[in-house]
Amino acid sequence: MLDIFDSSLVSSTIRMVTPILLAALGGSLCARVGIFNVGLEGFILVGAFAAIVGNHFTGSLWLALLLAAFVTLLFSLLFGYMTVHLRANEIVVGVAINFLGLGLTTFLLRAIFGVKGAFYDKDMQGLPQLQIPVLHDIPLLGPILSGHSPLVYVSFAAAILLYLFYYRSVTGFRVRAVGMNATAAKSIGLNTVRLQYLAISLCGILCGLAGAQLSLGQVTMFTEGMAAGRGFIALVAMMLGQSHPFGILASSLLFGLMDAISIRLQGFSLPTQFTAMLPYILTIAAMFFLKDRGMGSNRASQQSGR
Amino acid sequence: MSVRLEMKNMTKRYGQFLANEGVSIAVGAGEVHAIVGENGAGKTTLMRMLYGMEEPTSGEILLDGKPVSFRGPDDAIRHGVGMVHQHFMLFPDFTVAENIVIGYEPKRGGFFDRAKAMADATALAERYRIPVSPTAVLGECSIGEQQRVEILKVLYQGAEIIILDEPTAVLTPMEVSELLATIRTLAEAGKSILLITHKLQEVMEVADRITVLRGGKVTGAVAAKDTSAEELARLMVGRDLEQLSERTEQRGEPLLVVHQVTMQEKKKKPVLDQVSFAVHHGEIVGIAGVSGNGQSELLQAISGLAAVQSGTIRLKDTDVTNRTVALIRETGLAHIPEDRYFWGAAKEETVAENALMGYHRLPAFSRGIIIQRKWFHHLVAAWIERFAIKTSSAHEKAGNLSGGNLQKLIVAREMGRETPLLLAAEPTRGVDIGAMETIHQALLEKRNKGDGILLVSSELSEILALSDRILVMFEGRIVGELSRAEATEEKISMLMAGGRGDGSTQATA
Repeated sequence: MLDIFDSSLVSSTIRMVTPILLAALGGSLCARVGIFNVGLEGFILVGAFAAIVGNHFTGSLWLALLLAAFVTLLFSLLFGYMTVHLRANEIVVGVAINFLGLGLTTFLLRAIFGVKGAFYDKDMQGLPQLQIPVLHDIPLLGPILSGHSPLVYVSFAAAILLYLFYYRSVTGFRVRAVGMNATAAKSIGLNTVRLQYLAISLCGILCGLAGAQLSLGQVTMFTEGMAAGRGFIALVAMMLGQSHPFGILASSLLFGLMDAISIRLQGFSLPTQFTAMLPYILTIAAMFFLKDRGMGSNRASQQSGR
Repeated sequence: MSVRLEMKNMTKRYGQFLANEGVSIAVGAGEVHAIVGENGAGKTTLMRMLYGMEEPTSGEILLDGKPVSFRGPDDAIRHGVGMVHQHFMLFPDFTVAENIVIGYEPKRGGFFDRAKAMADATALAERYRIPVSPTAVLGECSIGEQQRVEILKVLYQGAEIIILDEPTAVLTPMEVSELLATIRTLAEAGKSILLITHKLQEVMEVADRITVLRGGKVTGAVAAKDTSAEELARLMVGRDLEQLSERTEQRGEPLLVVHQVTMQEKKKKPVLDQVSFAVHHGEIVGIAGVSGNGQSELLQAISGLAAVQSGTIRLKDTDVTNRTVALIRETGLAHIPEDRYFWGAAKEETVAENALMGYHRLPAFSRGIIIQRKWFHHLVAAWIERFAIKTSSAHEKAGNLSGGNLQKLIVAREMGRETPLLLAAEPTRGVDIGAMETIHQALLEKRNKGDGILLVSSELSEILALSDRILVMFEGRIVGELSRAEATEEKISMLMAGGRGDGSTQATA
């Protein structure tokens, strides 16, 4: 049993963690402006599809990433318009966004590529594996930290940038204020609507990149519903990490590890269906630790309950 | 004293309803100007117009002689008008300094300069002698300190005219006197203060001039030195206040017997420590104490909302220790809870549905599993009439009622149960003088009928006016009992602070 834990498991954890981490960071932005975004799953799916479309028609990976980010940004604006402008219930809108994402990508898969289920093209290039010069040559660490897709490094950088944004910048400070007490934020003249749109848009971009990592980083293909619950796992990671970028980093790594182990266990003649349950069992287990915690602020929720 | 702010002939109309009609006030620099009136008299509407939250139907606002019109609060802030809201507009997870500078954060190199924020907050606090600790997290500060942060925030934004909306409603007596001192300091520094309140003692203590509103109109504009609390009350209510009806001496059998009750979380200091007392038929027992000394827990223990670890609670000779709320209420208890929003009402539901809560099980109001709403509406209509609850209809959302009116609804509901025992926690918090009179009268009538009442209040005047006996709580214990005859404000205050009530300040063992 012990030989499932080796350096390549760590390496595959880092690869697996990327979509979850990016989406969870995006989710935390929404949580910080007081919006519980259950539509992450739909965002990721749209991002994954847009990345494949971009790659197929432009042949450029960079344009593919750009398209994934841009299309998901537009998609997130729809979510923003419904929740911020029309003040629709965010859970209902989030669920609708998930189904819309699933239906839309399935439909466009047939309309654009004329296939059902999955689209694969052997001429299509996936994201390159970056061999980082000095790092790569370090024994033991080298193979673990080097040789990942650029999005892997982007996701870790995003956690650090988001930390600086929340706790060092004025805009981040105000974003947190909106989520903590929107009425108070309005009373001092903060433009809460603009801050909420800002957070939702950034969430869209991050989720778009998460999708691109799925369809271009780990494999080079699109399958229907390929987000496979990662949006919801990201949601749990966000809550477990208390919407703090480093907390999210830690909890995402945990889920990434479970993902990697579940794949590894398939090599031990365990049924796939069984091993695939692992991340979701952890999700349910995590809920026990989350009982009274939530989207970042205990005190805020207690106060609003009064 | 030059006139800094003038509001001329302000009128605000909502449909058919005139919230303000031809209201004019003038406030000078360095003046504390109190605006008093009952709930719904139009104080808040007037201030919302000044703060840019409502557009006046007609009227004119002059700042330093120049006409202005504000598009929103941020516009008002830019013109030097700041408001300290009744419900604080603060952020619990931020530090005190962050709460003060938010919206106008000092920056360095594009980043939030927290060191400068800290320094600015400290300097401001020293300049106006308002004690706060800038590094503390706001959510861990006392209510009094949070309010000081709110005032500093307004000062930081550069306010010259400061509106304080019911600022003393949430404070302890000690914090109130500190706040009044702060208000004087600010006035001496040349700020104009608009104080909205209906507590007349405070007005007499701190205000220079007073404008009285009733039904949206000015019924009096006087200098504090030329008037008295009685005259103000008359101007507010439009008639002389009635004296509370005669009390009859009529203490009966014990009704509620609390014996050696202790409530304690594991290995922590007990929140209730060996509490014993009794409430008899035909008696009002008042519990005084600085809030947070076990009063809330005691009420929760008696009403079944929280479990006790030892001791017994007997109601009408039935042991109700740690029984369910429903059973205790059935045995004969009604409860006016201290926090009307948290325990007392469902804000999103209608007035009628809120009134129905607790009655839904009674046979008179239900047939099988179906609630008989028709019968009930007569009763609710009667309550609305008796307690003069201002609501557009019984189908209005309870959350749309003002705090005072919601309180009256809850009082009516709980009194309507006609139970032998009533727990009344802060029964008049946030209600106006007229309603306070009605509620006090109703409590006294209930007592005179032979029912028992346990009254918890942070207003000593209320305790003194109503109670037959007064118990004082300090750190989870009952540290003193005073009869109606021997109780004075001084004696109670001493006990509340942990002293023995005989003049020494030593804590009781």
